[in-house]
Amino acid sequence: MEFLSNLALGFSTATSIENLFFCLIGVLLGTLIGVLPGIGATATIAMLLPITFQLEPVSSLIMLAGIYYGAQYGGSTTAILINMPGESSSAVTAIDGYQMARKGRAGAALSIAAIGSFFAGTVSTFLVAIFAPPLTEIALRFGAAEYFSLMIVGLVSSIALAHGSVIKALAMVALGLLLGLVGTDIYTGTPRFTLGIREYSDGLNFVAVAVGVFGIAEILRNLEGEKTRSLLMAKVSGLLPSKDDVKQMIGPILRGTAIGSALGILPGGGAILASFASYTVEKRISDRPEEFGHGAVAGVAGPESANNAGAQTSFIPLLTLGIPANPVMALMIGAMIIQGIVPGPNVAIEQPALFWGIIASMWIGNLMLVVLNLPLIGLWVKLLTIPYYVLFPIIMAFCSIGVYSVNSNVYDLYAVAFFGLIGYVLVKLRCEPAPLLLGFVLGPLLEENLRRAMILSRGDPTTFVTRPISATLLFIAFVVLVVVFLPSVRAKRDKVFQEED
Amino acid sequence: MKSLKFDSTNLICGLLFIGLGIFFALQAFSLDLGTAFRMGPGYFPFVLACALILFGAIIFFQSIRVTGEGIGPIAWRGIMFILPAPIFFGLTVRGLGFVPSLFLTALIAAFASGRMRPLTALVLATGLTIFSVLVFSYGLGLPFRRFGPWLEF
Repeated sequence: MEFLSNLALGFSTATSIENLFFCLIGVLLGTLIGVLPGIGATATIAMLLPITFQLEPVSSLIMLAGIYYGAQYGGSTTAILINMPGESSSAVTAIDGYQMARKGRAGAALSIAAIGSFFAGTVSTFLVAIFAPPLTEIALRFGAAEYFSLMIVGLVSSIALAHGSVIKALAMVALGLLLGLVGTDIYTGTPRFTLGIREYSDGLNFVAVAVGVFGIAEILRNLEGEKTRSLLMAKVSGLLPSKDDVKQMIGPILRGTAIGSALGILPGGGAILASFASYTVEKRISDRPEEFGHGAVAGVAGPESANNAGAQTSFIPLLTLGIPANPVMALMIGAMIIQGIVPGPNVAIEQPALFWGIIASMWIGNLMLVVLNLPLIGLWVKLLTIPYYVLFPIIMAFCSIGVYSVNSNVYDLYAVAFFGLIGYVLVKLRCEPAPLLLGFVLGPLLEENLRRAMILSRGDPTTFVTRPISATLLFIAFVVLVVVFLPSVRAKRDKVFQEED
Repeated sequence: MKSLKFDSTNLICGLLFIGLGIFFALQAFSLDLGTAFRMGPGYFPFVLACALILFGAIIFFQSIRVTGEGIGPIAWRGIMFILPAPIFFGLTVRGLGFVPSLFLTALIAAFASGRMRPLTALVLATGLTIFSVLVFSYGLGLPFRRFGPWLEF
């Protein structure tokens, strides 16, 4: 079977001593930063991105994937222990996980989350391995018009899944696209929006924008009201879930995995949607719905599995099409481009070791998380007690070193400060940064494909609707956009995000 | 006349997007727009900038006659100390060199919190610098000059 030999290639790549080591470092660092309250997976990856650049492409992407899983796991840990989810996708876990912790069952909650995540990770790794190759085949037939339409779908879905006002999210996408266009025009060589600064002629540094908008803005937000965190630091004991817990968690884990895998493929941030959808489903089918919100095992197991499955399958659009499904994947694309890999269907064909190595390392990363983090939980709990004012100077120093090390361009550091300010202002104005980053990454690709499609069709814009795949994609984007504007859906969506907060 | 009510957050937000849109539109307009067939460098950005102005205007008009939540506290102290830190690093990393530049950067950033005491900040910055030099300069071998030309006599 081709699928098995592919996986074998992947595992032999990922299990080289070197790659195992980098995967381990990634998982540890990811958890380390992710466990710090208020810093989500996106900010964590943005900060740690630069340290991976010195590595080989395969090792670097494996390490990044490790950071991603670690950060997600760290986010769940803070959600359970101190009711402070690092990322919106673990917000749902906080509802019941924190209640379990308050009842002295923090250990059980943490291990349920870890086991659920691991199971979901295993299943969805196989799903990625099975579905990626056929999708790659389809993607190879994509022309400029199809790519353009597909990116529109991605951008529109990121709008649908952003918190708050739809119009603001649309504006953020437009702004992100514009920022992505800063630099030299590929067709004519004309510098655009560089304000005459030669250092920006290659475009704004992706790492600088991501670190600024996600990292620095996050730090500023945390500095606003420096309250002492009310730590419930009950002793974490009794890691093993009881027999009763095991019985209660099997169903939710299976359902959560299915929901998460399906929703994760959707471009635009399926993981958040997945954990919420799973929670709703579990609450509805439970024979004891009154337990939800008061420490229900299913309320931790389901969303955590869904969340992790979604995180995994969101690699499918990235690996096959080169289209990021969420801000984290946008960061991965940035990393690939810096490593000289053009994301897209050709990666699987030209660099099978890289492609399958990443897939195999997903599973290894998940395994490491379970094996390492449950025993290390005491250490992570201690980390939670480090005061914030000690942490952020360290984060600032690492950000500065990291951004500078990418290109040794000091203008990138000025861009960090600028985008930190912009990011903070936009957060204060209640605009989500995720659509902006997605727009920033897709901006140049979108323009290139639009122009190419228009040249190929000799200036006839109907090319986007007469080609069947492109027309279908645009239709999907249109439907999504109409749906988010429908008043009834809007009300429900507001409610969903309200509950999440 | 009724007193003018508006959601200040969205008002500022709308104006910000309109302003940014106008900036990009003006810049794009000075570039070659081209035709839909052969788009010039200014075509796509110009369309986007117009869209941004439109969205900004919608947010602006929606903000009138409704009251929303305020903006909330602003981390002025954070802005004053956090944002200059990377700029300072950029200005001095070549001249002063990696070691002193990083030390001062960490020191500046440390004062963004009102709780930081000078002694703690010094200890923190020193430890951080030693750690970073060991990891980044010796460990990862990043090509930074540890002490720059400004410090040579």
